[in-house]
Amino acid sequence: MTTTISIPTVTGAPLATGVGARVRWAISDTLTVTKRNLIAITRIPEALFFSTVQPIMFVLLFRYVFGGAIHPGHGINYVNYLMPGIFVQTVAFGAIQTSIGLAEDLQKGLIERFRALPMARSAVLAGRTTADLCRNVMVVIVMTGVGFLVGYRPTTGVLPYLAGTGLILLFAYALSWGFALIGLSAPNSETAQVMSFPLLFPLTFASSAFVPLADMPSWLRGFATYQPVSVVVTACRSLMLGGPTSHWVVQAVAWTVGLLIVLPPFAVWRYRTRT
Amino acid sequence: MPYAIEVTDVKKTFSGKQEVRALDGVSFNVEEGTVFGLLGPNGSGKTTAVRILTTILNADSGSALVLGHDVAKQADLVRSLIGLAGQYAAVDENLTGRENLTMVGRLNHLPKSYVAGRAKELLEQFDLADSGNRTLKTYSGGMRRRLDLAAALVARPTVLFLDEPTTGLDPQSRNDMWEVIESLVGEGTTVLLTTQYLEEADRLANTLSVLDHGRVIAEGTPAQLKSDLGATVLEVGLHDNDDVARTASVLNAIGPHAPNISGRVVEVTVDNGPVDAMEALRSLDQAGITPTTFTLREPSLDDAFLALTGHRTEDGDGEDGSAAKGSGGAGDRAGQPESATVPVGGNR
Ligand SMILES: Nc1ncnc2c1ncn2[C@@H]1O[C@H](COP(=O)(O)OP(=O)(O)OP(=O)(O)O)[C@@H](O)[C@H]1O
Ligand SMILES: [Mg+2]
Repeated sequence: MTTTISIPTVTGAPLATGVGARVRWAISDTLTVTKRNLIAITRIPEALFFSTVQPIMFVLLFRYVFGGAIHPGHGINYVNYLMPGIFVQTVAFGAIQTSIGLAEDLQKGLIERFRALPMARSAVLAGRTTADLCRNVMVVIVMTGVGFLVGYRPTTGVLPYLAGTGLILLFAYALSWGFALIGLSAPNSETAQVMSFPLLFPLTFASSAFVPLADMPSWLRGFATYQPVSVVVTACRSLMLGGPTSHWVVQAVAWTVGLLIVLPPFAVWRYRTRT
Repeated sequence: MPYAIEVTDVKKTFSGKQEVRALDGVSFNVEEGTVFGLLGPNGSGKTTAVRILTTILNADSGSALVLGHDVAKQADLVRSLIGLAGQYAAVDENLTGRENLTMVGRLNHLPKSYVAGRAKELLEQFDLADSGNRTLKTYSGGMRRRLDLAAALVARPTVLFLDEPTTGLDPQSRNDMWEVIESLVGEGTTVLLTTQYLEEADRLANTLSVLDHGRVIAEGTPAQLKSDLGATVLEVGLHDNDDVARTASVLNAIGPHAPNISGRVVEVTVDNGPVDAMEALRSLDQAGITPTTFTLREPSLDDAFLALTGHRTEDGDGEDGSAAKGSGGAGDRAGQPESATVPVGGNR
């Protein structure tokens, strides 16, 4: 692996030859774009506020309004049952931000500038999804606090709990790449948002996030049992509250890794080919 | 033959609900260290040409080289040598001016310390030093444009692409922008700029190509283009509409070109300025017509465009079939504008 970097002092950007320099620059480009997106998140605190207000409303709604009528069984109280579902639902809806942000960058012509720069083709998307991952970390911390306030009490140890949280964040990261694809295909940010909902709605509500699957009609139960959101929610429940773990965790990791293998190359290809 | 840009028979069709042939066999060369103007009305293919040359878009056929490198096959190399300020300021609203420049510098893989100094220098040069630490939400349109150009310059590109750099600027800002471009060229930068303003091309460009419906309909220096018209324009302003019609017929008699009426102004292209002007004055006097203004001027590039395409630059056409037909004919006449006839009854 030979690496030569020449920095012309007079004109032009330095040019990399060799795999090493390319990889290092791809990472540095991703960090630059991540930083730019994180700055934007801190400059629009309303956005962070709104991405937590909605899930807090869901917590209050399900905990105090519908919760009384839902009985998860197995001796689990409803608020404990609910919170892992809320975490997954929150980060899944947060993934819409990835599509909106990218559609906005396209609409404002910023991506035109990026395309004419000697930066890594993957960096615009990787920087966006990484920034959204950071935002999700914040949101999950806030929601965990909210959960504790309304009586959420995880019953396993610290390590399995952190593993569950990690799984949620990794799943969210994988979803972000899927929504990046939507953002790249939408003509503007409003459409990106509208296109995202029909996908998310069945995934989050026809799932075990809020209601035990046993209460669903049988035609829906099949989908609801095996679709990724349910699988991840169930895996997290077992990591956070105990119960049969390995089976669900393996499935959840398989889904997440599978999405991460398929979606990023596809999204980068879409980024390259979109005119 | 040190050409900075070489474009040969480039074609690009956008397929969609309706096929649009944005570039229909465009060729031009730009010498190093010069300003090349790509002139044309809305939809003529200027932005498409710039996007192909800046590696954003692939041409369907033909070849485009920047500093000898193929824009499609050596895209990364080309990207490291060029700067682009697109038609719409491509800057991040949520970042400050300085952060925008730093981001672009870092994405050009320039060292952090260099980027910091360069950003400071550019903010000063573009009169943005005081607003460098404010987010762009607080910038005016003109400030955004300046920052956009500054961003294109962070890596000190050898070849600079400016897509309508002064559209939407007030006269003062436009003049400032012209001065910036001139000083860049003074430092040896090659500039390709697109514009709808003939005055701008006239002032900045060493050579230019006129695009219409994706084809080059004329090329050369601004002076050549004007002298190809081979003549001077006589402009007579009048009090009332009766006089306008009578003046048109008086001027028509001078020949060989037909006059063109725009409001209460009658224009005619004449072959021998002073002699024809004297004759026009005598004839107007005999007819008892007193003009409010009487001007003899060089043909503007606007006149050239009218002669070349049969429509004025500000037509904003594109959807109507008649303009397309007109341009087909004009394309065949490229280079012989003197054969064009100026229709009586202008369209202003
Ligand atoms: N991405 C695209 N998809 C479909 N059609 C396009 C696309 N980009 C440009 N066109 C069409 O190609 C033609 C040339 O467009 P282009 O933007 O190059 O013109 P222009 O000379 O830059 O015009 P303007 O002065 O308005 O900026 C137009 O008819 C336009 O509608
Ligand atoms: Mg344009």
